[in-house]
Amino acid sequence: MFLSIERRQQDSQLMVYLSPILAILLTMVAGMLMLLWQGQDPVNSLYTLFILPVSSWYGINDLVMKVAPILLCALGLAICFRASIWNIGAEGQFIMGALAGGYVALTLSEYISALLLPIILLTGAAAGLLWAAISAFLRNRYHVNEILTTIMLNYIAVNLLLYGVHGPLMDPDGFNFPQSTQFSESASLPLLLKGTHLHLGLLFALLAVVAVWVVLSRLFIGFQLRVVGLDRSAAEYAGFSEKRLVTISFLLCGALAGLAGVSEVTGSIGQLVPQVSLGYGYAAIVVAFLGRLHPIGITLASALMALIYTGSEMGQISLGLPLAVGSLFQGMLLLFLLACDFLICYQLRLDKASRYHPSVTLSGIKPAAEN
Amino acid sequence: MDIDLLTHILFTMVRIGTPLLLVALGAIVCEKSGVLNIGQEGMMLMGATAGFIGAVTTGNLMIGVMMGITAGIFMSLLFGWVTLHLRANPVASGLALTIMGTGLSAWVGGDYVGQILTGIQPVVIPFLSDLPVVGKVLFSQDPLVYLSLTLTVFVWFFFRFTYAGLVTLAVGENPLSATEIGLPVMLVRYIAVLFGGAMAGLGGACLSLAYTPLWTENMTAGRGWIALALAVFVSWWPERRLLGVGLFGVTSILPVALQGVGVSVSPHLLATLPYVATIAVLVLLSRNPSHKYLIVSGSPEKLWHPSH
Repeated sequence: MFLSIERRQQDSQLMVYLSPILAILLTMVAGMLMLLWQGQDPVNSLYTLFILPVSSWYGINDLVMKVAPILLCALGLAICFRASIWNIGAEGQFIMGALAGGYVALTLSEYISALLLPIILLTGAAAGLLWAAISAFLRNRYHVNEILTTIMLNYIAVNLLLYGVHGPLMDPDGFNFPQSTQFSESASLPLLLKGTHLHLGLLFALLAVVAVWVVLSRLFIGFQLRVVGLDRSAAEYAGFSEKRLVTISFLLCGALAGLAGVSEVTGSIGQLVPQVSLGYGYAAIVVAFLGRLHPIGITLASALMALIYTGSEMGQISLGLPLAVGSLFQGMLLLFLLACDFLICYQLRLDKASRYHPSVTLSGIKPAAEN
Repeated sequence: MDIDLLTHILFTMVRIGTPLLLVALGAIVCEKSGVLNIGQEGMMLMGATAGFIGAVTTGNLMIGVMMGITAGIFMSLLFGWVTLHLRANPVASGLALTIMGTGLSAWVGGDYVGQILTGIQPVVIPFLSDLPVVGKVLFSQDPLVYLSLTLTVFVWFFFRFTYAGLVTLAVGENPLSATEIGLPVMLVRYIAVLFGGAMAGLGGACLSLAYTPLWTENMTAGRGWIALALAVFVSWWPERRLLGVGLFGVTSILPVALQGVGVSVSPHLLATLPYVATIAVLVLLSRNPSHKYLIVSGSPEKLWHPSH
């Protein structure tokens, strides 16, 4: 008996939903094996990584706070990815939002207080937007591939932030630590609930879920984005301007990521530090795919990603694992998801007759029975 | 500028450029066969980490280099399986590879921070190294530099003069016709992907064993991505590949050179230079729209698959 692979008559809708779950399970298994290989007790470490963080009120609090930045970035990326626009610059846009917002918070708080917070938030979102606009402009005007420009701009943004906290924005009384002074009360995001850490950033993220859903599913632009993503020549034939769509999706993503960045510094961190982003912009790529580029899916996937983040912090504290374990889990998750998506279009079948006709060879997969 | 300083700058440029050149060679072969693998950064990190661990634990640099190559091949095998066999989106798969490589390399390499290793030593080639400037710049380097230059010639020769090179180009240009005339498209692409992985692993090992013989988390700092940009640069102007490497070399050593002359600019601002330069070069090259590069996802012949 051999397993054979054949093309499905129709794409499996069930697998569209099952494949992320399968990918999560496979990641858990592979993660356990790796923990075992590194000499950890796998059951205990999985408990520490994924159950312990949500077993206390404080842990849940922390987890929900991590959802906000990831969710905002992933929503923005989903707009781009729908149109097969490979913006992987959410990280840089996030950092620029944080840096610009933080700069305004540090310089203006002496002079005004009433409108300070809206100004800070707008500056942050605008900075993210402008950072993304560079890639959109270069792609539209000079045909420069956006994958390379966005990733280069990520590295530039990180270095600009480092320049800021090591240089002009460094706290003069901070014993030379690379960090800014604490933001004033009027420059900090208000809390949603007393006694928690939940700040306004979470509300922004939830509003963005609705807004992005409207854009993608209810507006004509969402339809245009999907057509461009599926077939560029069809979109051109229909008269959709690709350049316009590139610009719009980049700007929306940049603004959302910038807002995420500025909310993170004014809400959760309270000052500029070198690690304003713990790789949220890259994690958001995984989240966008895991959530099937749909706002609801992305919301669920963000919660999982936040769990991976809090889990790897817990693993660092209790098991001495490096924080990078989180990034390993993210990568495996995406890779397994892409592998499992194979089952959307293909199915496995137990085939008694195929012994002498192996369906999968190095030269490819045998075509399905004629249909 | 006196001749010694110039020689020293060129010498350093070649040293900095070598890992990039190696990775870029792999990326070029991979892309010529019609597969876009943007996971270079992850494969390179794994190569650097595996190479360093191998060299420290066995005390043998050769084994380290081999382990680096093996790690790169292993990563690219994952990529090949997911994109070629399971037809996954290559951009997403490449990103997954990079994210995974970042995490895994930081995890397994964590115990090796601060370990000291005597790196690969230069081998001075007799007679040739006595030439002025060139002798020092090209002929008193470590063996990996010589290897990278040899491989550059080899890849050029491969595409220019060999049948296998022609087959690779045909598979990349038009996989459908290539299948029609009976070329093993899948096999060629697998080999190209694995070669890309081996080169990325070697480039990483070169970084951790020769360039800076120590291990730090995320030590490639975007070099994999710059090598990818370099591959783009080179695929239009093959004869200028060394120029491309040199450009990155210049921007990388500019900070050191400027500090030497006494200009005080923040090191963090100077650190942005290689990335700015890469964008600038891409803009200059891409202005001509006929220069299509980095296989545009969605173009049908590039997404060819035997099951269709």
